[in-house]
Amino acid sequence: MVGESNIKKALWVSFFIFPSFAGLIIFTIIPILSSFSLTFFQWDLITPLEFVGFANFSRLFSDSLFRDALGHTLSFIGGYIPLVMISGLLTAVLMNSRIRAKGFFRTAFFIPVISSWIAVALLWTWMFNPKFGLVNYLLSLLKINGPAWLYDPSWAMTAIIITSVWKDTGFVMMLFLAGLQDIPLNLMEASSIDGAAKIRQFFSLTLPLLSPTTFFVLVISLINSFQVFDQVWAMTEGGPAGSTSVLVEQIYKNAFRYNNMGYASTISLILFLFILLITLFQILGQKKWVYYE
Amino acid sequence: MRKVIIALLLIAGVVMMAGAGGLKENIVTTDLEKTEITYFTFSAAPDHLDHLNEMIAIFEEENKDITIKVETAGWDDYFNKLQVNIAGKLAPDVFELNYENFVTYASKGALYNMDTLAADDSSFSADIYYPRSYGSFSYKNTQYGLPETFSTVVLFYNEDLFDQAGVGYPEESWTWEDAIGAAKQIRDEDKDIWGLFSDIQFWEFYKKIAQNGGSVFDGAGNVVIDSPENIEALQNMLDIQNKYNIMPTDAQMGGVSDGDLFMSGKLGMLVSGIWMFGAFSEADFDWNIEVEPGMSKKATHFFANALVISSSTDKADAAWKWAKFFTSSNESAKMRIRTGWELPTISDPDAVSAYLTAGNPENRQAVFNSLKYSIVPPVIERQNELQDGIGLLLQKAELGTLTAVEALSQAAELLEDLK
Repeated sequence: MVGESNIKKALWVSFFIFPSFAGLIIFTIIPILSSFSLTFFQWDLITPLEFVGFANFSRLFSDSLFRDALGHTLSFIGGYIPLVMISGLLTAVLMNSRIRAKGFFRTAFFIPVISSWIAVALLWTWMFNPKFGLVNYLLSLLKINGPAWLYDPSWAMTAIIITSVWKDTGFVMMLFLAGLQDIPLNLMEASSIDGAAKIRQFFSLTLPLLSPTTFFVLVISLINSFQVFDQVWAMTEGGPAGSTSVLVEQIYKNAFRYNNMGYASTISLILFLFILLITLFQILGQKKWVYYE
Repeated sequence: MRKVIIALLLIAGVVMMAGAGGLKENIVTTDLEKTEITYFTFSAAPDHLDHLNEMIAIFEEENKDITIKVETAGWDDYFNKLQVNIAGKLAPDVFELNYENFVTYASKGALYNMDTLAADDSSFSADIYYPRSYGSFSYKNTQYGLPETFSTVVLFYNEDLFDQAGVGYPEESWTWEDAIGAAKQIRDEDKDIWGLFSDIQFWEFYKKIAQNGGSVFDGAGNVVIDSPENIEALQNMLDIQNKYNIMPTDAQMGGVSDGDLFMSGKLGMLVSGIWMFGAFSEADFDWNIEVEPGMSKKATHFFANALVISSSTDKADAAWKWAKFFTSSNESAKMRIRTGWELPTISDPDAVSAYLTAGNPENRQAVFNSLKYSIVPPVIERQNELQDGIGLLLQKAELGTLTAVEALSQAAELLEDLK
């Protein structure tokens, strides 16, 4: 389109992006906006909308199920984020060193990432089975009497965190691996010549140079883990006795089991605000610890 | 310029295709003067679709001006789909509802008043249905549904394990004390044999408290779930598992279902539904059924499905004909007995006698004896919240994080909120 005026160009561009943009408006933007406005209504999908003002918001404060779900989501995040980041970084460092069959191990670690959550959840449900499971069998070899895991309210969340870390380690490893390979070799050589030990090198050079990757991993892992649902639904359905109920599960139940679209939208909005605020906070805070070359 | 022409041609093509589609639809609807009604069902797919189509063929033969379009969904998706269709003004003309969801839909005005349809139909008589089933689908003295099927829950027992333990078989007059006594003798820790399984959950709870003379709401609708009788009944449920351990905990079950445990020959007695007959017919031991034990009195489950008509339909007459045919015709009743597709709710002696002699288990009379004591669950508009809320508290009691007294007093608070 050389030589055509900018206006004409813009028209053509709009013409070609229109189909996907229309899709975005109809299936994403409009539903998001209407779900925000639903927070002021009571709607069961059958009878007409009923305006209730801020009732859905005030209900949040007295709803113990919401409070429990928020607590469980936060304890999932508290366990999952540090573990997945540490195990992802460790495997990345291992995979980046001179070991045999690197290609095989990299693939092996990545297979859980591309497996479906349902398959992984079924696998680990059996691994954690108190009667026939591999986990308690291995513990019994160490003379440890393993807990009932998914049937025990004080262990079920731990089991879900372990499963999630196992599944996502490969993904985090991949990102860290890319980051590690970006670190200039000459810096490492220079520090070796200066006599820095491997450990010192890792903490004073590798980690700071890796900080942009760490930042990126932290942001997306936090966003994902606020939305934790698949593994919980497939492994415990929020049980036993509600000990693993999470926010997205509350949204699902209120919308489709209790026919309460307004309240479900309110919880969605709260979840959105949480994620938005934490991500903003991270972006502002990155100046303090993220080093770009 | 060429590009513009191509783009215009493309647009023209799309418009023409859309137009042609619309035209075709017009031809179909004007050419044949048939009324098409949609029927939405959860109970047909996947096992009984052929049987449903068989019935539709007979119905359409008798009513040449009506065609039936079937839409199905599994139980788990059915109500999502139904709600969304009603919200999108695409409600099916006729659809299935179970008793517990019936009140929710009736109270929201989603169902067609059947009294006027019944009054206009001289060939209709409500006497053909079991009065109990028919009455279940009336809301505020208006009939909104025709009962389709019912089922109940009975005590299944493994005759071989009773013989080995030297205990007499269960009888209709048994109380839970009798059953617990027998279960203790059957329980064998070395062989991993369990005495009894009766799940700790909402459905068992409202039945067990009725067996002890209690209820969730009293006659005036007040919350009485934390009454002394109810606490005693719940304690009894918990003791079977946690005090006597004649029933395995979830951890002891390790993901095996209660039906599979019974099938493996390691369970003496199981409280479960008559829908298990088919699965248990393959068991390699002798088993039979009896009416479930009681406490101070008897109470048994009564689960019913009905056909209802959407209040927004403009084809109510055709919808009524189908609902009537499918729930009460002779053909339909016989098909259900023959195929084991639940039990028809009509009081036809021929159909009943065919059922009684249909094979394992021997004591099929217990199914009908159970109906003498049948009760229905407490139903409110916010039914699912009630079920989930009470279910959660029962789980906490089962796991010992709450006592029976604490669980029921929290349940009372919850119900005050919900009702």
